[in-house]
Amino acid sequence: MRLLTHNMLSSNIKGVANRFPLKIEVVKVVEKEVDFNIDFLKNMFHKVEWKALAEASRTMGYTELPETADATMLDSDDFLHKFHHALLELHLEEGALVCPETGRKFPVNKGIPNMLLHEDEV
Amino acid sequence: MKLKQLESLLGSLEQFSTPKIELEQYPTGAHIASRMLYTAENSFEDVNSKVVADFGCGCGTLGLAAGLLGAESVIGLDIDAESLEIAYANANELELDMDFIQCDIKNLKWRGQIVETVVMNPPFGTRRKGADMDFLSSAMKVASQAVYSLHKTTTREHVKRAALRDYNARSAEVICELRYDVPQLYKFHKKKEVDIAVDLWRFVPQRKQERSL
Repeated sequence: MRLLTHNMLSSNIKGVANRFPLKIEVVKVVEKEVDFNIDFLKNMFHKVEWKALAEASRTMGYTELPETADATMLDSDDFLHKFHHALLELHLEEGALVCPETGRKFPVNKGIPNMLLHEDEV
Repeated sequence: MKLKQLESLLGSLEQFSTPKIELEQYPTGAHIASRMLYTAENSFEDVNSKVVADFGCGCGTLGLAAGLLGAESVIGLDIDAESLEIAYANANELELDMDFIQCDIKNLKWRGQIVETVVMNPPFGTRRKGADMDFLSSAMKVASQAVYSLHKTTTREHVKRAALRDYNARSAEVICELRYDVPQLYKFHKKKEVDIAVDLWRFVPQRKQERSL
């Protein structure tokens, strides 16, 4: 699972108010190279929740993203490459996603988060 | 990529080994899948460089078709772990990176407008009434640009009304009518193969500022 996907996933337990972002527990991270697409990144920049992305990437062991970011940074090639790497090339392969409110863990195996709920959570 | 080439690549994908009737698992044929995504890209520019989600992805055919046509990121969602394993293997076979999530589409919670296009071949709602509409409802909340979906032609009026009235569609158009070959997968199928008339729909959601499910 890439951090692009993490940036939209939310805890889906019934009755939970604080759903996003899911915390990440890392067992294994893998990196896969992806072609650099500058227009895509500029478009996505306005849609991602920056704080969640920066924090998630740090949890995954990548510490290059700044705490905050604004659109003027998109002129920097260096910044774009870091954004690209964090958003698309880091994969949580094994670990868990954790509901920020309840602490309920959603396991991630072979890169696939299991977001299925128990009967009493629906 | 040419349509023929797309269809041939999709035709090589592995399909369900033991399909589950309660989930209405029917493989999406290469013929339909290739035309669906080819149209989405070439007539509407809804695929290339986009973030695409495949709802109820099964073995991943539609999502992988999107990947082959240049989607920047593809996410496949399915409730069934076995399907996701096959889809994962299919993605590797085509050397495409696709994210997968195991979840029940009707309980989905996503924030923001990251996903531009949703493609899906939802359950027809024959075994569990309303399953098709649950998918459509979720898809319309997630997609910021377009939803492509297959529904039985017999439900056309119902789908149109629900999309416009209940699911905030700005437009709901049948792009074409297709024949869906349902092979004899299950014991209750009496005929060897049945043709079902299905509509390929394109729904456009209303523009919204910030949405969450």
